[in-house]
Amino acid sequence: MDDNNILVQGLCKRFDGFMLKDVSFCVPKGRIVGFIGENGAGKSTTINLILNELKKDAGEVTVFGRDHTDPTIKNEIGVVFDACNFHEVFTVKDVERVLSGVYPTWDNALFQEYLERFQLPYRRTIKSFSKGMKMKLSIVCALAHHPRLLILDEATAGLDPVVRDEILDLLLDFLQDEEHSVFFSSHITSDIQKVADYVVLIHQGQIVFEEEKDTLLDRYGILRCGRSTVLEPKDYIVRRETGVSVEYLVCDRAAAGKKYPKAVADAASLEDIMLFYIKGDASCEE
Amino acid sequence: MEILISNSSGKPIYEQICQQIKSQIMDGTLSAGEALPSMRALARDLHLSVITVQRAYEDLTRDGFIETVSGKGSFVAAQNREFIQEEQLRIAEELLQKAASIGRTHGIPLEQLQKILKLFYEEGD
Repeated sequence: MDDNNILVQGLCKRFDGFMLKDVSFCVPKGRIVGFIGENGAGKSTTINLILNELKKDAGEVTVFGRDHTDPTIKNEIGVVFDACNFHEVFTVKDVERVLSGVYPTWDNALFQEYLERFQLPYRRTIKSFSKGMKMKLSIVCALAHHPRLLILDEATAGLDPVVRDEILDLLLDFLQDEEHSVFFSSHITSDIQKVADYVVLIHQGQIVFEEEKDTLLDRYGILRCGRSTVLEPKDYIVRRETGVSVEYLVCDRAAAGKKYPKAVADAASLEDIMLFYIKGDASCEE
Repeated sequence: MEILISNSSGKPIYEQICQQIKSQIMDGTLSAGEALPSMRALARDLHLSVITVQRAYEDLTRDGFIETVSGKGSFVAAQNREFIQEEQLRIAEELLQKAASIGRTHGIPLEQLQKILKLFYEEGD
């Protein structure tokens, strides 16, 4: 347990028409964990439960080995949501004044350094900021009090590739300290495909898998074949039919390609894998 | 140190890192005792996950190409380059022996095998 910054076990929450069911996963120290799933799958609910902004119905959440209701953990977490939560009439200077009062570990010098790096104007109101600037400001604020854990909820949504790349840089900078972790929800799977160490997929309030990213990319694959080739159920995870062929998501593309030589075996991107799980006729979980 | 990652080669990224560092050690670009970038720094520079780089470093350590001193980082291991090359030659000999015996058993002419080897050698992998 000492090796995890977040440990979630059997987390449940029921709303009208939606249920988060028995969610378990961990965020190890020194790692980036990507949290993927379609809109409404339960990503934000899970994050709000971890932060104790929502009350859980059942389950256990520990952060830094302490129960997540412990008020002291908040100082050590940096959180970034998809919308910028600062008041529009504030300037960066105002934000600095407020936050330096909130966080005992607030580091003004570090904050200034980040502002300069991202060329964020100190004295202009946030109203005049672009979406990318607002998001950078949110992240800079989340980092300036020296957190050990960074939680981002759809922080790269709606941003252009240049800004998203700068944010990935920041995350990897943050991870230079091996006690640090990042928990990063996004439906832009390419960002997660680049930098995440582990990937957790959530669908309809349930965890579908928690897997090392390299395993997904290096071993999983898509097998395409005609209707005459039928895979044994143990050889694939999800089957999907198109008009002219049948596609299978397999967890070992090299072995599957050898066993069914008439089929075409391709590598699968994270997006492919997510789509297969969510839209394919799920037939057999391995 | 130079590392060029291809996302479309079909070869796992940790293997690409591993191979490129090995060949730079073998051809002397990286010399014994030289410090490698830390795993986390390399992951940042290449925009890769830390685990990917970690696995490459672990394989390099296992094969004796680098040494990792905890708290200090990873270094090119002091080693006998000729020795490594001899080892590799021995492995290549074994594989060629297999090819030769397949050829003999199934009547594939030596000339044809030589041609294939030449082709593979020159095109790289």
